[in-house]
Amino acid sequence: MHELGIVTYVADAVDKIAAENQIEKVFTVTLEIGEVSGVVPEYLVDAWKYFCKKHPLLVDSQLVWEPIVAITECLDCKNTYETLPHGKICPFCGSAHTVLAKGKEINIKEIEAC
Amino acid sequence: MPDVRIIEVKQSIYDDNDREAERIRQSLKEKKTFLLNLMSSPGSGKTTMLTKVLGELKSEMKIGVLEADIDSDVDARTIANIDVDVIQLHTGGMCHLDAAMTEQGLNEIGAENYDLVILENVGNLICPAGFDTGAMKNIMILSVPEGHDKPLKYPLIFTVCDALVINKIDVLPYFDFDMEKVVEYAHQRNPKLKIFPISAKTGEGITVLCDWLREQVQQWQD
Repeated sequence: MHELGIVTYVADAVDKIAAENQIEKVFTVTLEIGEVSGVVPEYLVDAWKYFCKKHPLLVDSQLVWEPIVAITECLDCKNTYETLPHGKICPFCGSAHTVLAKGKEINIKEIEAC
Repeated sequence: MPDVRIIEVKQSIYDDNDREAERIRQSLKEKKTFLLNLMSSPGSGKTTMLTKVLGELKSEMKIGVLEADIDSDVDARTIANIDVDVIQLHTGGMCHLDAAMTEQGLNEIGAENYDLVILENVGNLICPAGFDTGAMKNIMILSVPEGHDKPLKYPLIFTVCDALVINKIDVLPYFDFDMEKVVEYAHQRNPKLKIFPISAKTGEGITVLCDWLREQVQQWQD
């Protein structure tokens, strides 16, 4: 259900971009999806297939995605590390004083269209 | 067939919502209306807590409530029964409220007539955390039966909230809920998080929570 909601935001953004660029048909939308964005990319692709059928600009378009690796920064030892294997605790110094530097994002990277 | 083009976009899908949310904040600043976004999982006691908070504050400020649910109006009826203005928003199956839906609710209730508008978001710890509603402060409830590990499992909502209400402390003796651990985990996610242990049922802790909320509203209106 969350993924279907997200799809509607992607479609709205694509609609605006299409209007600004005189686009009539979209073939591919490429997203960048952060590893800790809370979105399951496979579900998002399924939701896209369902949604596109009802959206003339997007009929038969493909949603493709690239991952953004999640990176956490340690505020104590200043090292950065991959979030997924280590979580909140810094593997270098053991501190919990860490912040997520990237990996929450969902971005539209590019659109292939005519 | 015309040539296929690649358009580089590089924009977050949350951009439009974030702009809309910022517009709501500016508009509410002019109206001197404080918007509080209340989030939690289903059954944590949002509506029960609200009835207690509203009972204490409604004589000193004008308060309106926006109840968001996928369906039904049971929560709105509960609030209306204690004589507080309320409207029900239906998200039509969506698992969260976004800024555009919030603005519709604010317009419908007439936000300019209130010092405080409380938005009771859809019961869910995941999706509402991703969408800025335009609120001045975000607050969440975690209830004792849900367990003290929730800050580990749903980190985002703990990072976007300003205050955490720990509800149902009257049943602490019956659950393996570790209050020290929940505070530690929550502050790992968000060192600035204010924590209020309460029991909406017995009323314990409600006054301290109301003091915090009163102060937030006053600061916004000054």
